[in-house]
Amino acid sequence: MPHYSPPIDEVLFTLNEITAYRELTSLSNFKDISEDLTQAVLKEAGKLASGPIADINQIGDKKGATLENGSVKTAPGFPEAYKKFVEGGWNGISFPEDIGGQNMPFALGLSVNEFFTSANMAFSLCPLLTSGAVEAISAHASESIKKKYLSKLVSGEWTGTMNLTEPQAGSDVGSLTTKAIPNSDGSYNIFGTKIYITYGDHDLAENIIHLVLARTPDSPKGTKGISLFLVPKFFVNDDGVIAEKNDLRCGSLERKLGIHASPTAVMLYGETQGAKGWLIGQENQGMRCMFTMMNHARIDVGVQGLSIAERAYQQALEYAFSRKQGKSPLVQSDESVSIIEHPDVKRMILDIKSKIDAMRGLILTTGVYADLSKYHSNDDSKKLYSELVDLLTPIVKSWCTDIGFSSASTGLQVHGGMGFIEETGAAQHLRDSRIAPIYEGTNGIQALDLVFRKLSQSGGKAVDFLFKQIRELISDLNNEDSQDLEIISELLEKSMDSFKISTEWISSKAIKNFNDAASSASIYLDIFGILLGSYFLSKAALKSFNKIKNQKTNSSFYKNKIQIARFFAEQYLPRVINSPVSVKAGGTALGSVDFASFGG
Amino acid sequence: MKVLVAVKRVVDYNVKVRVKSDNTGIELTNVKMSMNPFDEIAVEEAIRLKEANKVSEIIIVSIGPKQSQETIRTALAMGADRGILIETESEIQPLSVAKLLKEVCDQEKPELVILGKQAIDDDANQTGQMLSALLNWSQGTFASKLEIEEDKLLVTREIDGGLETLKLTMPSIITTDLRLNEPRYASLPNIMKAKKKPIEEKKPEDFGIDISPRLTTLKVIEPPKREAGVMLESIPQLVDKLKNEAKVI
Repeated sequence: MPHYSPPIDEVLFTLNEITAYRELTSLSNFKDISEDLTQAVLKEAGKLASGPIADINQIGDKKGATLENGSVKTAPGFPEAYKKFVEGGWNGISFPEDIGGQNMPFALGLSVNEFFTSANMAFSLCPLLTSGAVEAISAHASESIKKKYLSKLVSGEWTGTMNLTEPQAGSDVGSLTTKAIPNSDGSYNIFGTKIYITYGDHDLAENIIHLVLARTPDSPKGTKGISLFLVPKFFVNDDGVIAEKNDLRCGSLERKLGIHASPTAVMLYGETQGAKGWLIGQENQGMRCMFTMMNHARIDVGVQGLSIAERAYQQALEYAFSRKQGKSPLVQSDESVSIIEHPDVKRMILDIKSKIDAMRGLILTTGVYADLSKYHSNDDSKKLYSELVDLLTPIVKSWCTDIGFSSASTGLQVHGGMGFIEETGAAQHLRDSRIAPIYEGTNGIQALDLVFRKLSQSGGKAVDFLFKQIRELISDLNNEDSQDLEIISELLEKSMDSFKISTEWISSKAIKNFNDAASSASIYLDIFGILLGSYFLSKAALKSFNKIKNQKTNSSFYKNKIQIARFFAEQYLPRVINSPVSVKAGGTALGSVDFASFGG
Repeated sequence: MKVLVAVKRVVDYNVKVRVKSDNTGIELTNVKMSMNPFDEIAVEEAIRLKEANKVSEIIIVSIGPKQSQETIRTALAMGADRGILIETESEIQPLSVAKLLKEVCDQEKPELVILGKQAIDDDANQTGQMLSALLNWSQGTFASKLEIEEDKLLVTREIDGGLETLKLTMPSIITTDLRLNEPRYASLPNIMKAKKKPIEEKKPEDFGIDISPRLTTLKVIEPPKREAGVMLESIPQLVDKLKNEAKVI
């Protein structure tokens, strides 16, 4: 597998030119964060990612995690690489200082995540889950639980898991049946089976802290009767020393399409006396606590889409330059040309590249909004940024993970027959990326979340804010003397008109016609993603145009940014422009077809 | 005891370098630059000596453009204490580097200077040896193991056919080979700390050293393309080719 090279310049460009990252450094919470420091952090993270962590990506895929004598062994090299990751302090990058974190912006943390995930997605899942556990514990747990567990989770010395799914309870979490029986000492005994538990057991850390959803006796039915419990693999004494093992184990590991090195466990709680756990938050408030955990995790999963696309892109690009095949009427040579000379190969490369830039703009903007929602000095602004994060989260999760998979597929296509051969390594990206549209709430669920919950929050203030930003950019683009920018702005303008129609239609259906709104939700989410993606690319184009104009630079980095934006606008904005046709189709066909007659 | 470590900013070892179209050198615009890998080993060795309480302070010196500051910062993030940047945009050859380092040594009075055995851009492999001659200090080049025994240095060197161990009287110059150690990755808390460590900025003129090149590069060209290989039928055929075509036996 070719070397992974962390795209530091691209990330810096996105943070500094596309997002409001520079504004963050004026907030008192981030006063130590300078441009130099940001660059140094990215550089050093990139070194670790592209070195020992990328090195074990392929062997992890080949060997996978295994269950031996009741414990899970990770693939060769994983314990050593994880140790380096923890020693480097990378696990706690964005957590506040008072719990042992490094207090860096969430947006910077996302960029660092991008690198580790591109290097090795299966590896990166372990810290992803730990971060979720830290979020849930710091927001909802009692002081004594925080004192006992938080610092070790922040450092990564211990890892966390998220236990929702049961065989009969997938997307419908409310139907779970795991029981929690209260003990007289305030603890609970947990009995039940959880499936799809990422890093449910492993040999990377000395303790694993499971966060488990379960029902207390006589709790209400459905999601209203679910509570969240902290269930450690090993008990921890009050002095922090690790004691005996809890009544829980990994029953088996799943054989999967991808992310082989990430152990996906069936977890058995309470086979004998019961697995001892402690309540996090209040009884029956488990869903609320779990959502704290899931919201950031959804953004992190969106990052996986970006990361895999970047990795697939780098690999495809290298192959496109080195593989010689066929002649091109565009190149005068008697010899075969590199396949990058063929227009259709160029198209594939630029297709992935433009989407990568678009995703990075979307993800890092969401990251900066998340930082502003916490630390902005004005409370109204905080609320607005928080709603923007809520609105953008399902788009980050779904749009980016769908593109992650399709880009891995395009990257493989560039390789021709070699792409289909496992040894090449392109196939691993395709297989690894396929899970991302499924877990942390399927992309279908995300679309429902967007249409039924997020669009209407606070009377659509967050949507209006985004519309205003896009309108402003359109007028800025029009003010420049550039044919490229003019073409882009015209397409964006038409897209906005259509998108407004689609949005109004689906918002009204969300209130009065569930079938119509639900049937079009995924299509609507996709065009929302395209519009935002094009917005971020166009912003990059405008910034680049001005850099060329004012700094008299002739850099192809900036010249390319303009063409990348134009390519994406011409290829994808027509879908937004035509979106009222698809969106307003609603549930007519879906509701009318007699599916039973298909023989299902 | 103070240790001085010299580091150079070079094209990253993963980059496939391209020759400039006018054959005057290597294309450096938009190319990823990093610390010379042998210098990373030198920094790591100094830090290990400090962790073993054999060394009290580690000073990093780099000579080159403004951005060499980043390279010094990387060394500081690994665990070195302070830096000295001697800033120059002009081409700088090993003899000039050695002369400048000598001046720094005269000021800082280290007992040990650790350098990479060579930089991966020009592969000169001269600076350490020249510095040793200028200072009239002992030298242990291509070190694959370094131990401090009372006031002496035990240096294991990789030589043709085996390992050689030298006992050196300090002050000394050590140049590092690949197998001396495996450099650490900078940790996030140390990257933060490194921002607060001092870097002194100097110019070659401050030392009164003439750094004008003594050698002129006439041209830089790509190595010849590798010819396609041929499959041979037998060993005698191979021997014949080696003897008469390659003329190596």
